[in-house]
Amino acid sequence: MTTTTASTTGATTDATAPAGSAGGETAGTTGTTGTTKAAPPVRRIKRRRRGLSPGKRLPASRLIGPVLFFALWAAASAAGQLDTNAIPAPWTVLRTAGQLWSDGTLSTDILTSLQRAGTGFSLGLTAGVVLALTAGLSRVGEALIDGTVQLNRAIPTLGLIPLFILWLGIGETFKIAIIAIVVYIPIYLNLYSALSGIDHRFVELAEVQGLSRLRFIREIVIPGALPGFFVGLRLGVTGSWLGLVVLEQINATSGLGYMMFQAQNYGQTDVILVGLLIYGIFGLVSDSAVRLIERRVLSWRRTLNS
Amino acid sequence: MATHTEQLTSRPGLADPTAPAAQAAPAVRLRGLTRSFDGRTVLDDVDLDLPAGQLTALLGHSGSGKSTLLRAIAGLDHEVAGSGELSAPDRVSVVFQDSRLLPWRRVLDNVLLGTDGKKAAERGRAALAEVGLAGRERAWPNELSGGEAQRAALARSLVREPELLLADEPFGALDALTRIKMHGLLRELWERHRPSVLLVTHDVDEAIVLADRVLVLDQGRIGLDLTIDRAHPRSYRDPLLGEYRERLLAALGVKEDHAGRQNQENDQ
Repeated sequence: MTTTTASTTGATTDATAPAGSAGGETAGTTGTTGTTKAAPPVRRIKRRRRGLSPGKRLPASRLIGPVLFFALWAAASAAGQLDTNAIPAPWTVLRTAGQLWSDGTLSTDILTSLQRAGTGFSLGLTAGVVLALTAGLSRVGEALIDGTVQLNRAIPTLGLIPLFILWLGIGETFKIAIIAIVVYIPIYLNLYSALSGIDHRFVELAEVQGLSRLRFIREIVIPGALPGFFVGLRLGVTGSWLGLVVLEQINATSGLGYMMFQAQNYGQTDVILVGLLIYGIFGLVSDSAVRLIERRVLSWRRTLNS
Repeated sequence: MATHTEQLTSRPGLADPTAPAAQAAPAVRLRGLTRSFDGRTVLDDVDLDLPAGQLTALLGHSGSGKSTLLRAIAGLDHEVAGSGELSAPDRVSVVFQDSRLLPWRRVLDNVLLGTDGKKAAERGRAALAEVGLAGRERAWPNELSGGEAQRAALARSLVREPELLLADEPFGALDALTRIKMHGLLRELWERHRPSVLLVTHDVDEAIVLADRVLVLDQGRIGLDLTIDRAHPRSYRDPLLGEYRERLLAALGVKEDHAGRQNQENDQ
Protein backbone atom coordinates (compact mmCIF):
# COMPACT_ATOMS: atom_id res chain seq x y z
CA MET A 1 0.00 0.00 0.00
CA THR A 2 2.76 2.45 0.89
CA THR A 3 4.47 1.87 -2.44
CA THR A 4 1.35 2.82 -4.35
CA THR A 5 0.91 6.05 -2.41
CA ALA A 6 4.55 6.87 -2.96
CA SER A 7 4.22 6.44 -6.70
CA THR A 8 1.11 8.60 -6.68
CA THR A 9 2.86 11.53 -5.12
CA GLY A 10 5.66 11.01 -7.60
CA ALA A 11 3.21 11.13 -10.46
CA THR A 12 1.52 14.29 -9.22
CA THR A 13 4.74 16.20 -8.88
CA ASP A 14 5.61 15.08 -12.39
CA ALA A 15 2.40 16.53 -13.69
CA THR A 16 2.67 19.87 -11.90
CA ALA A 17 6.37 20.60 -12.33
CA PRO A 18 7.45 21.00 -15.95
CA ALA A 19 10.53 18.95 -15.05
CA GLY A 20 8.32 16.00 -16.07
CA SER A 21 9.03 12.55 -17.48
CA ALA A 22 11.04 11.58 -14.41
CA GLY A 23 12.44 8.20 -15.45
CA GLY A 24 13.64 9.18 -18.89
CA GLU A 25 15.12 12.41 -17.70
CA THR A 26 17.24 10.98 -14.89
CA ALA A 27 18.66 8.52 -17.36
CA GLY A 28 19.41 11.41 -19.72
CA THR A 29 21.09 13.61 -17.11
CA THR A 30 23.28 10.86 -15.69
CA GLY A 31 24.49 10.14 -19.24
CA THR A 32 25.11 13.78 -20.19
CA THR A 33 26.34 15.33 -16.96
CA GLY A 34 29.23 17.08 -18.73
CA THR A 35 27.41 18.15 -21.88
CA THR A 36 24.66 20.33 -20.48
CA LYS A 37 24.54 22.19 -23.81
CA ALA A 38 22.87 19.22 -25.42
CA ALA A 39 19.87 20.06 -23.24
CA PRO A 40 17.68 22.20 -25.57
CA PRO A 41 16.44 19.39 -27.83
CA VAL A 42 15.80 17.25 -24.76
CA ARG A 43 13.86 20.09 -23.20
CA ARG A 44 11.68 20.28 -26.25
CA ILE A 45 10.70 16.66 -25.72
CA LYS A 46 10.10 17.37 -22.05
CA ARG A 47 7.65 20.13 -22.89
CA ARG A 48 4.91 17.69 -23.33
CA ARG A 49 1.48 19.17 -22.77
CA ARG A 50 0.18 18.51 -19.31
CA GLY A 51 -2.41 15.75 -19.38
CA LEU A 52 -5.78 16.80 -18.06
CA SER A 53 -7.23 13.34 -17.64
CA PRO A 54 -6.86 12.00 -14.10
CA GLY A 55 -4.68 9.21 -15.45
CA LYS A 56 -4.71 5.52 -14.73
CA ARG A 57 -6.74 4.13 -11.87
CA LEU A 58 -4.71 3.00 -8.91
CA PRO A 59 -5.13 -0.66 -8.02
CA ALA A 60 -7.91 -1.19 -5.45
CA SER A 61 -8.24 2.60 -5.35
CA ARG A 62 -11.63 2.52 -3.68
CA LEU A 63 -10.19 0.73 -0.65
CA ILE A 64 -7.27 3.07 -0.03
CA GLY A 65 -9.33 5.75 1.72
CA PRO A 66 -11.22 3.45 4.10
CA VAL A 67 -8.08 1.45 4.95
CA LEU A 68 -6.20 4.64 5.74
CA PHE A 69 -9.08 5.82 7.90
CA PHE A 70 -9.11 2.60 9.93
CA ALA A 71 -5.35 2.66 10.26
CA LEU A 72 -5.52 6.18 11.72
CA TRP A 73 -8.32 5.17 14.07
CA ALA A 74 -6.37 2.12 15.27
CA ALA A 75 -3.18 4.13 15.68
CA ALA A 76 -4.92 6.86 17.68
CA SER A 77 -6.60 4.27 19.91
CA ALA A 78 -3.38 2.37 20.50
CA ALA A 79 -1.62 5.61 21.41
CA GLY A 80 -4.39 6.33 23.94
CA GLN A 81 -5.31 9.57 22.17
CA LEU A 82 -9.04 8.74 22.03
CA ASP A 83 -11.55 8.77 24.86
CA THR A 84 -12.63 5.12 24.90
CA ASN A 85 -16.10 6.10 26.12
CA ALA A 86 -16.65 8.33 23.12
CA ILE A 87 -14.77 6.38 20.47
CA PRO A 88 -13.79 2.84 21.44
CA ALA A 89 -10.86 1.19 19.71
CA PRO A 90 -11.52 -0.77 16.52
CA TRP A 91 -10.69 -4.06 18.23
CA THR A 92 -13.19 -3.28 20.99
CA VAL A 93 -15.84 -2.73 18.34
CA LEU A 94 -14.91 -5.99 16.65
CA ARG A 95 -14.96 -7.88 19.96
CA THR A 96 -18.39 -6.44 20.76
CA ALA A 97 -19.60 -7.45 17.31
CA GLY A 98 -18.34 -10.98 17.96
CA GLN A 99 -20.11 -11.11 21.32
CA LEU A 100 -23.38 -9.82 19.89
CA TRP A 101 -23.10 -12.33 17.10
CA SER A 102 -22.56 -15.28 19.43
CA ASP A 103 -25.51 -14.06 21.57
CA GLY A 104 -27.61 -14.38 18.47
CA THR A 105 -29.00 -10.86 18.85
CA LEU A 106 -26.88 -9.34 16.11
CA SER A 107 -27.92 -11.86 13.47
CA THR A 108 -31.60 -11.32 14.32
CA ASP A 109 -31.19 -7.57 14.11
CA ILE A 110 -29.33 -7.80 10.81
CA LEU A 111 -31.96 -10.10 9.33
CA THR A 112 -34.79 -7.82 10.40
CA SER A 113 -33.06 -4.80 8.91
CA LEU A 114 -32.25 -6.60 5.68
CA GLN A 115 -35.81 -7.75 5.38
CA ARG A 116 -37.17 -4.24 5.88
CA ALA A 117 -34.75 -2.67 3.47
CA GLY A 118 -35.21 -5.46 0.92
CA THR A 119 -39.01 -5.40 0.99
CA GLY A 120 -39.19 -1.63 0.90
CA PHE A 121 -36.63 -1.48 -1.87
CA SER A 122 -38.40 -4.08 -4.01
CA LEU A 123 -41.71 -2.30 -3.66
CA GLY A 124 -40.15 1.08 -4.39
CA LEU A 125 -38.28 -0.30 -7.37
CA THR A 126 -41.40 -1.87 -8.84
CA ALA A 127 -43.50 1.23 -8.25
CA GLY A 128 -40.83 3.53 -9.65
CA VAL A 129 -40.35 1.47 -12.80
CA VAL A 130 -44.06 0.93 -13.46
CA LEU A 131 -44.92 4.58 -12.91
CA ALA A 132 -41.99 5.82 -14.99
CA LEU A 133 -42.85 3.47 -17.86
CA THR A 134 -46.49 4.55 -17.79
CA ALA A 135 -45.64 8.24 -17.63
CA GLY A 136 -42.74 8.00 -20.07
CA LEU A 137 -44.50 5.99 -22.75
CA SER A 138 -48.01 7.42 -22.81
CA ARG A 139 -49.28 10.97 -22.81
CA VAL A 140 -52.26 10.05 -20.63
CA GLY A 141 -49.96 8.39 -18.12
CA GLU A 142 -47.72 11.42 -18.17
CA ALA A 143 -50.65 13.73 -17.47
CA LEU A 144 -51.86 11.60 -14.59
CA ILE A 145 -48.59 10.59 -12.98
CA ASP A 146 -45.80 13.06 -13.55
CA GLY A 147 -47.31 16.05 -11.79
CA THR A 148 -48.36 13.90 -8.85
CA VAL A 149 -44.91 12.42 -8.38
CA GLN A 150 -43.31 15.83 -8.66
CA LEU A 151 -45.62 16.95 -5.87
CA ASN A 152 -44.72 13.92 -3.79
CA ARG A 153 -41.06 14.64 -4.35
CA ALA A 154 -41.44 18.14 -2.95
CA ILE A 155 -42.59 16.72 0.39
CA PRO A 156 -39.72 15.39 2.53
CA THR A 157 -40.55 11.71 2.82
CA LEU A 158 -39.43 11.44 6.43
CA GLY A 159 -41.95 14.17 7.20
CA LEU A 160 -44.65 11.66 6.29
CA ILE A 161 -43.70 9.40 9.21
CA PRO A 162 -46.26 10.73 11.73
CA LEU A 163 -49.06 10.49 9.21
CA PHE A 164 -48.04 6.99 8.15
CA ILE A 165 -47.93 5.80 11.76
CA LEU A 166 -51.50 6.99 12.20
CA TRP A 167 -52.59 5.37 8.94
CA LEU A 168 -50.71 2.10 9.03
CA GLY A 169 -50.00 1.55 12.71
CA ILE A 170 -46.64 1.41 14.38
CA GLY A 171 -45.66 -2.04 13.01
CA GLU A 172 -43.64 -3.06 10.00
CA THR A 173 -46.01 -1.77 7.32
CA PHE A 174 -45.34 1.90 7.78
CA LYS A 175 -41.58 1.38 7.82
CA ILE A 176 -41.69 -0.54 4.59
CA ALA A 177 -44.00 2.03 3.05
CA ILE A 178 -41.65 4.88 3.93
CA ILE A 179 -38.64 3.03 2.55
CA ALA A 180 -40.58 2.27 -0.64
CA ILE A 181 -41.34 5.96 -1.08
CA VAL A 182 -37.73 6.96 -0.45
CA VAL A 183 -36.67 4.44 -3.09
CA TYR A 184 -39.29 5.00 -5.79
CA ILE A 185 -38.77 8.74 -6.16
CA PRO A 186 -35.21 8.78 -7.51
CA ILE A 187 -35.90 5.71 -9.64
CA TYR A 188 -39.01 7.28 -11.11
CA LEU A 189 -37.40 10.67 -11.74
CA ASN A 190 -34.34 9.33 -13.49
CA LEU A 191 -36.08 6.66 -15.53
CA TYR A 192 -38.88 9.01 -16.56
CA SER A 193 -36.52 11.72 -17.70
CA ALA A 194 -34.43 9.16 -19.59
CA LEU A 195 -37.52 7.74 -21.29
CA SER A 196 -38.96 11.08 -22.28
CA GLY A 197 -35.59 12.49 -23.26
CA ILE A 198 -35.03 9.91 -25.98
CA ASP A 199 -33.07 11.39 -28.87
CA HIS A 200 -35.46 12.58 -31.54
CA ARG A 201 -33.07 11.38 -34.23
CA PHE A 202 -33.58 7.82 -33.04
CA VAL A 203 -37.35 8.24 -33.24
CA GLU A 204 -36.92 9.27 -36.86
CA LEU A 205 -34.64 6.32 -37.48
CA ALA A 206 -37.22 3.93 -36.07
CA GLU A 207 -39.85 5.39 -38.39
CA VAL A 208 -37.56 5.04 -41.38
CA GLN A 209 -36.70 1.45 -40.47
CA GLY A 210 -40.39 0.67 -40.12
CA LEU A 211 -40.30 -0.45 -36.49
CA SER A 212 -43.59 -1.19 -34.79
CA ARG A 213 -44.37 0.79 -31.64
CA LEU A 214 -43.60 -2.22 -29.49
CA ARG A 215 -40.26 -2.85 -31.15
CA PHE A 216 -39.44 0.85 -31.00
CA ILE A 217 -39.97 0.78 -27.25
CA ARG A 218 -38.11 -2.48 -26.76
CA GLU A 219 -35.17 -1.84 -29.05
CA ILE A 220 -34.66 1.90 -28.78
CA VAL A 221 -36.51 3.57 -25.91
CA ILE A 222 -35.74 1.07 -23.14
CA PRO A 223 -32.06 0.44 -23.93
CA GLY A 224 -31.59 4.16 -24.42
CA ALA A 225 -33.10 4.84 -20.99
CA LEU A 226 -31.05 2.24 -19.11
CA PRO A 227 -28.17 4.56 -18.17
CA GLY A 228 -30.66 6.93 -16.54
CA PHE A 229 -32.36 4.02 -14.81
CA PHE A 230 -29.11 2.93 -13.19
CA VAL A 231 -28.47 6.41 -11.85
CA GLY A 232 -31.87 6.22 -10.17
CA LEU A 233 -31.27 2.69 -8.98
CA ARG A 234 -28.08 3.61 -7.18
CA LEU A 235 -29.75 6.56 -5.51
CA GLY A 236 -32.63 4.26 -4.54
CA VAL A 237 -30.34 1.67 -2.97
CA THR A 238 -28.58 4.30 -0.91
CA GLY A 239 -31.96 5.80 -0.03
CA SER A 240 -33.27 2.52 1.34
CA TRP A 241 -30.42 2.36 3.88
CA LEU A 242 -30.84 6.01 4.79
CA GLY A 243 -34.52 5.52 5.46
CA LEU A 244 -33.80 2.43 7.51
CA VAL A 245 -31.41 4.21 9.87
CA VAL A 246 -34.02 6.81 10.70
CA LEU A 247 -37.01 4.47 10.88
CA GLU A 248 -35.40 1.87 13.10
CA GLN A 249 -34.52 4.48 15.65
CA ILE A 250 -38.09 5.68 15.95
CA ASN A 251 -40.42 2.75 16.41
CA ALA A 252 -38.82 -0.65 16.46
CA THR A 253 -38.34 -3.67 18.67
CA SER A 254 -35.58 -5.19 16.61
CA GLY A 255 -33.21 -4.25 13.84
CA LEU A 256 -29.88 -2.53 13.69
CA GLY A 257 -31.36 0.88 14.39
CA TYR A 258 -33.14 -0.46 17.43
CA MET A 259 -29.92 -2.05 18.64
CA MET A 260 -28.14 1.30 18.33
CA PHE A 261 -30.98 3.15 20.02
CA GLN A 262 -30.85 0.79 22.97
CA ALA A 263 -27.09 1.13 23.15
CA GLN A 264 -27.48 4.90 23.36
CA ASN A 265 -29.59 4.47 26.50
CA TYR A 266 -26.88 2.38 28.14
CA GLY A 267 -24.00 4.47 26.84
CA GLN A 268 -22.55 1.59 24.79
CA THR A 269 -20.68 3.49 22.10
CA ASP A 270 -19.06 0.26 20.89
CA VAL A 271 -22.47 -1.21 20.03
CA ILE A 272 -23.44 1.96 18.21
CA LEU A 273 -20.24 1.72 16.18
CA VAL A 274 -21.00 -1.95 15.38
CA GLY A 275 -24.35 -0.82 13.97
CA LEU A 276 -22.78 1.98 11.94
CA LEU A 277 -20.12 -0.37 10.64
CA ILE A 278 -22.73 -2.86 9.44
CA TYR A 279 -24.85 -0.14 7.84
CA GLY A 280 -21.73 1.07 6.08
CA ILE A 281 -20.81 -2.39 4.84
CA PHE A 282 -24.32 -3.04 3.56
CA GLY A 283 -24.43 0.30 1.79
CA LEU A 284 -21.06 -0.30 0.19
CA VAL A 285 -21.86 -3.87 -0.86
CA SER A 286 -25.25 -3.03 -2.35
CA ASP A 287 -23.85 -0.05 -4.23
CA SER A 288 -21.03 -2.19 -5.61
CA ALA A 289 -23.54 -4.82 -6.67
CA VAL A 290 -25.53 -2.25 -8.62
CA ARG A 291 -22.33 -0.92 -10.18
CA LEU A 292 -21.39 -4.42 -11.23
CA ILE A 293 -24.76 -5.06 -12.83
CA GLU A 294 -24.57 -1.67 -14.52
CA ARG A 295 -21.16 -2.48 -15.97
CA ARG A 296 -22.47 -5.76 -17.34
CA VAL A 297 -25.67 -4.35 -18.79
CA LEU A 298 -24.13 -1.20 -20.21
CA SER A 299 -21.02 -2.88 -21.55
CA TRP A 300 -21.31 -0.82 -24.74
CA ARG A 301 -20.39 2.25 -22.72
CA ARG A 302 -17.11 0.85 -21.53
CA THR A 303 -15.54 1.71 -24.86
CA LEU A 304 -15.89 5.37 -23.90
CA ASN A 305 -14.45 5.14 -20.41
CA SER A 306 -11.59 2.73 -20.81
CA MET B 1 -44.19 28.63 -63.42
CA ALA B 2 -43.99 28.63 -67.19
CA THR B 3 -40.34 27.68 -67.24
CA HIS B 4 -41.10 25.09 -64.66
CA THR B 5 -43.61 23.22 -66.81
CA GLU B 6 -41.33 23.60 -69.77
CA GLN B 7 -38.67 21.70 -67.92
CA LEU B 8 -41.11 19.03 -67.02
CA THR B 9 -42.17 18.45 -70.59
CA SER B 10 -38.59 18.28 -71.76
CA ARG B 11 -37.83 15.61 -69.17
CA PRO B 12 -37.98 12.47 -71.35
CA GLY B 13 -35.16 13.79 -73.51
CA LEU B 14 -33.11 14.80 -70.50
CA ALA B 15 -33.47 11.50 -68.74
CA ASP B 16 -31.97 9.61 -71.65
CA PRO B 17 -28.95 7.97 -69.95
CA THR B 18 -31.23 5.70 -68.01
CA ALA B 19 -33.64 5.37 -70.92
CA PRO B 20 -35.24 2.00 -70.09
CA ALA B 21 -35.93 3.06 -66.54
CA ALA B 22 -37.28 6.42 -67.59
CA GLN B 23 -39.96 4.84 -69.71
CA ALA B 24 -41.29 2.85 -66.77
CA ALA B 25 -43.50 4.44 -64.14
CA PRO B 26 -41.53 6.93 -62.05
CA ALA B 27 -40.39 5.76 -58.65
CA VAL B 28 -41.35 9.05 -57.08
CA ARG B 29 -44.05 11.33 -58.37
CA LEU B 30 -44.81 14.72 -56.84
CA ARG B 31 -47.57 17.03 -58.00
CA GLY B 32 -48.17 20.42 -56.47
CA LEU B 33 -46.26 19.56 -53.32
CA THR B 34 -46.38 22.43 -50.87
CA ARG B 35 -44.92 22.53 -47.39
CA SER B 36 -44.72 25.38 -44.95
CA PHE B 37 -43.40 25.99 -41.46
CA ASP B 38 -45.13 28.62 -39.35
CA GLY B 39 -46.66 30.20 -42.43
CA ARG B 40 -43.34 30.36 -44.29
CA THR B 41 -43.59 28.42 -47.53
CA VAL B 42 -40.60 26.10 -47.88
CA LEU B 43 -41.77 24.01 -50.80
CA ASP B 44 -43.92 25.88 -53.27
CA ASP B 45 -46.03 23.75 -55.62
CA VAL B 46 -43.26 21.34 -56.62
CA ASP B 47 -43.85 18.93 -59.49
CA LEU B 48 -41.21 16.25 -59.86
CA ASP B 49 -40.78 12.76 -61.24
CA LEU B 50 -37.85 10.58 -60.27
CA PRO B 51 -37.52 7.74 -62.78
CA ALA B 52 -36.90 4.33 -61.28
CA GLY B 53 -33.24 3.47 -60.97
CA GLN B 54 -31.88 6.96 -61.50
CA LEU B 55 -29.28 8.62 -59.31
CA THR B 56 -30.47 12.17 -58.83
CA ALA B 57 -28.76 14.86 -56.81
CA LEU B 58 -30.67 17.72 -55.25
CA LEU B 59 -28.67 20.89 -54.72
CA GLY B 60 -29.63 24.01 -52.90
CA HIS B 61 -28.59 26.58 -50.36
CA SER B 62 -29.19 25.78 -46.77
CA GLY B 63 -32.78 26.67 -46.08
CA SER B 64 -33.79 26.15 -49.70
CA GLY B 65 -36.09 23.31 -48.70
CA LYS B 66 -34.03 20.36 -49.94
CA SER B 67 -34.17 18.51 -46.66
CA THR B 68 -37.88 19.29 -46.39
CA LEU B 69 -38.40 17.74 -49.81
CA LEU B 70 -36.44 14.63 -48.83
CA ARG B 71 -38.31 14.29 -45.56
CA ALA B 72 -41.62 14.67 -47.35
CA ILE B 73 -40.72 11.84 -49.71
CA ALA B 74 -39.49 9.75 -46.76
CA GLY B 75 -42.80 10.35 -44.98
CA LEU B 76 -41.04 11.93 -42.03
CA ASP B 77 -42.98 15.16 -41.98
CA HIS B 78 -46.23 14.26 -40.20
CA GLU B 79 -46.20 17.44 -38.20
CA VAL B 80 -45.68 19.76 -41.16
CA ALA B 81 -48.49 21.64 -42.85
CA GLY B 82 -48.76 21.08 -46.57
CA SER B 83 -50.68 19.84 -49.55
CA GLY B 84 -50.08 18.10 -52.85
CA GLU B 85 -49.81 14.63 -54.29
CA LEU B 86 -46.95 12.34 -53.50
CA SER B 87 -46.30 8.76 -54.43
CA ALA B 88 -43.21 6.86 -53.42
CA PRO B 89 -42.26 3.16 -53.30
CA ASP B 90 -42.89 1.02 -50.23
CA ARG B 91 -39.31 0.08 -49.61
CA VAL B 92 -37.58 3.35 -48.85
CA SER B 93 -34.28 3.68 -47.01
CA VAL B 94 -32.85 6.86 -45.63
CA VAL B 95 -29.23 7.68 -44.93
CA PHE B 96 -28.79 10.69 -42.67
CA GLN B 97 -25.91 13.08 -42.31
CA ASP B 98 -25.02 11.42 -39.01
CA SER B 99 -24.73 7.66 -39.10
CA ARG B 100 -27.43 7.38 -36.45
CA LEU B 101 -26.21 4.03 -35.20
CA LEU B 102 -27.67 2.97 -31.87
CA PRO B 103 -24.72 2.98 -29.46
CA TRP B 104 -26.12 0.03 -27.48
CA ARG B 105 -26.28 -2.34 -30.44
CA ARG B 106 -23.33 -3.93 -32.12
CA VAL B 107 -22.71 -2.99 -35.74
CA LEU B 108 -24.45 -6.05 -37.20
CA ASP B 109 -27.48 -5.57 -34.95
CA ASN B 110 -27.61 -1.95 -36.04
CA VAL B 111 -27.60 -2.99 -39.67
CA LEU B 112 -30.45 -5.40 -38.93
CA LEU B 113 -32.61 -2.84 -37.12
CA GLY B 114 -36.15 -3.44 -38.32
CA THR B 115 -35.12 -6.34 -40.56
CA ASP B 116 -36.62 -9.72 -39.81
CA GLY B 117 -36.86 -13.15 -41.20
CA LYS B 118 -34.59 -16.05 -41.88
CA LYS B 119 -31.18 -15.27 -43.20
CA ALA B 120 -31.50 -11.68 -41.98
CA ALA B 121 -28.14 -12.02 -40.25
CA GLU B 122 -26.65 -13.46 -43.38
CA ARG B 123 -27.91 -10.55 -45.42
CA GLY B 124 -26.60 -8.15 -42.83
CA ARG B 125 -23.16 -9.69 -43.02
CA ALA B 126 -23.24 -9.52 -46.79
CA ALA B 127 -24.23 -5.86 -46.67
CA LEU B 128 -21.42 -5.11 -44.24
CA ALA B 129 -18.96 -6.93 -46.48
CA GLU B 130 -20.19 -4.89 -49.41
CA VAL B 131 -19.40 -1.62 -47.70
CA GLY B 132 -16.00 -2.92 -46.60
CA LEU B 133 -16.83 -3.63 -42.98
CA ALA B 134 -16.49 -7.40 -43.01
CA GLY B 135 -15.12 -8.51 -39.66
CA ARG B 136 -16.51 -5.52 -37.77
CA GLU B 137 -19.91 -7.12 -37.12
CA ARG B 138 -19.32 -7.40 -33.38
CA ALA B 139 -17.85 -3.91 -32.94
CA TRP B 140 -19.68 -1.24 -30.99
CA PRO B 141 -20.58 1.93 -32.91
CA ASN B 142 -18.34 3.91 -30.55
CA GLU B 143 -15.38 2.01 -31.88
CA LEU B 144 -15.94 3.04 -35.49
CA SER B 145 -14.44 6.04 -37.23
CA GLY B 146 -16.76 8.56 -38.85
CA GLY B 147 -16.31 7.00 -42.27
CA GLU B 148 -16.84 3.47 -40.96
CA ALA B 149 -19.99 4.53 -39.12
CA GLN B 150 -21.37 6.03 -42.31
CA ARG B 151 -20.52 2.83 -44.16
CA ALA B 152 -22.46 0.88 -41.56
CA ALA B 153 -25.37 3.28 -42.08
CA LEU B 154 -25.18 2.57 -45.81
CA ALA B 155 -25.21 -1.16 -45.09
CA ARG B 156 -28.29 -0.68 -42.88
CA SER B 157 -30.07 1.06 -45.73
CA LEU B 158 -28.98 -1.55 -48.27
CA VAL B 159 -30.01 -4.62 -46.31
CA ARG B 160 -33.64 -3.63 -46.81
CA GLU B 161 -33.16 -3.79 -50.58
CA PRO B 162 -34.73 -0.38 -51.09
CA GLU B 163 -36.45 0.69 -54.26
CA LEU B 164 -35.69 4.25 -53.26
CA LEU B 165 -32.67 5.43 -51.33
CA LEU B 166 -32.90 8.90 -49.84
CA ALA B 167 -29.62 10.36 -48.67
CA ASP B 168 -29.62 13.63 -46.73
CA GLU B 169 -26.12 15.08 -47.05
CA PRO B 170 -24.72 11.66 -46.17
CA PHE B 171 -21.10 12.71 -46.56
CA GLY B 172 -21.45 16.20 -45.12
CA ALA B 173 -19.78 15.35 -41.83
CA LEU B 174 -16.87 13.42 -43.29
CA ASP B 175 -13.37 14.65 -44.05
CA ALA B 176 -12.46 15.31 -47.68
CA LEU B 177 -10.48 12.10 -48.23
CA THR B 178 -13.12 9.87 -46.70
CA ARG B 179 -15.74 11.70 -48.71
CA ILE B 180 -14.04 10.85 -52.00
CA LYS B 181 -13.87 7.18 -51.02
CA MET B 182 -17.52 7.23 -50.05
CA HIS B 183 -18.47 8.76 -53.40
CA GLY B 184 -16.89 5.78 -55.12
CA LEU B 185 -18.64 3.37 -52.78
CA LEU B 186 -22.07 4.96 -53.25
CA ARG B 187 -21.77 4.90 -57.02
CA GLU B 188 -20.59 1.29 -56.93
CA LEU B 189 -23.46 0.21 -54.70
CA TRP B 190 -25.92 2.06 -56.89
CA GLU B 191 -24.60 0.34 -60.01
CA ARG B 192 -24.95 -3.05 -58.36
CA HIS B 193 -28.41 -2.64 -56.84
CA ARG B 194 -29.92 0.09 -59.01
CA PRO B 195 -32.28 1.69 -56.54
CA SER B 196 -33.62 5.14 -57.32
CA VAL B 197 -31.44 7.53 -55.38
CA LEU B 198 -32.14 11.06 -54.28
CA LEU B 199 -28.96 12.54 -52.92
CA VAL B 200 -29.43 15.83 -51.11
CA THR B 201 -26.20 17.79 -50.98
CA HIS B 202 -24.79 21.28 -50.94
CA ASP B 203 -21.59 20.15 -52.61
CA VAL B 204 -21.73 20.96 -56.31
CA ASP B 205 -18.77 18.73 -57.17
CA GLU B 206 -20.26 15.81 -55.32
CA ALA B 207 -23.45 16.20 -57.31
CA ILE B 208 -21.63 16.42 -60.63
CA VAL B 209 -19.34 13.46 -60.00
CA LEU B 210 -22.06 11.14 -58.72
CA ALA B 211 -25.39 11.97 -60.26
CA ASP B 212 -26.94 11.44 -63.65
CA ARG B 213 -29.28 14.29 -63.03
CA VAL B 214 -28.90 17.32 -60.82
CA LEU B 215 -31.80 19.40 -59.56
CA VAL B 216 -31.36 22.81 -58.04
CA LEU B 217 -33.95 23.81 -55.51
CA ASP B 218 -34.37 27.55 -55.26
CA GLN B 219 -36.95 29.32 -53.14
CA GLY B 220 -39.09 26.27 -52.82
CA ARG B 221 -39.07 25.34 -56.48
CA ILE B 222 -36.97 23.30 -58.85
CA GLY B 223 -34.97 26.06 -60.46
CA LEU B 224 -32.77 23.92 -62.70
CA ASP B 225 -33.00 20.35 -63.91
CA LEU B 226 -29.75 19.28 -65.47
CA THR B 227 -28.80 15.93 -66.92
CA ILE B 228 -25.10 15.10 -66.57
CA ASP B 229 -24.30 13.15 -69.65
CA ARG B 230 -20.83 11.84 -68.87
CA ALA B 231 -19.55 8.31 -68.46
CA HIS B 232 -18.60 6.95 -65.06
CA PRO B 233 -16.31 6.86 -63.20
CA ARG B 234 -15.93 10.60 -63.46
CA SER B 235 -12.87 12.48 -62.42
CA TYR B 236 -13.17 15.46 -60.15
CA ARG B 237 -10.86 17.28 -62.57
CA ASP B 238 -12.64 16.44 -65.79
CA PRO B 239 -12.67 19.82 -67.58
CA LEU B 240 -15.90 18.88 -69.35
CA LEU B 241 -17.61 18.79 -65.98
CA GLY B 242 -16.59 22.41 -65.47
CA GLU B 243 -19.35 23.50 -67.79
CA TYR B 244 -21.93 21.78 -65.61
CA ARG B 245 -20.37 23.28 -62.53
CA GLU B 246 -20.69 26.75 -63.99
CA ARG B 247 -24.32 26.28 -64.83
CA LEU B 248 -25.11 24.85 -61.42
CA LEU B 249 -23.25 27.58 -59.60
CA ALA B 250 -25.04 30.18 -61.68
CA ALA B 251 -28.35 28.60 -60.77
CA LEU B 252 -27.29 28.72 -57.13
CA GLY B 253 -26.41 32.38 -57.54
CA VAL B 254 -22.68 31.94 -56.93
CA LYS B 255 -20.38 34.20 -58.97
CA GLU B 256 -17.80 32.90 -61.43
CA ASP B 257 -14.66 34.12 -59.66
CA HIS B 258 -15.94 32.42 -56.58
CA ALA B 259 -16.31 29.28 -58.61
CA GLY B 260 -12.71 29.51 -59.79
CA ARG B 261 -11.41 29.81 -56.29
CA GLN B 262 -13.52 26.92 -55.11
CA ASN B 263 -12.13 24.92 -57.98
CA GLN B 264 -8.57 25.56 -56.90
CA GLU B 265 -9.34 24.62 -53.36
CA ASN B 266 -10.73 21.33 -54.48
CA ASP B 267 -7.72 20.56 -56.62
CA GLN B 268 -5.31 20.97 -53.76
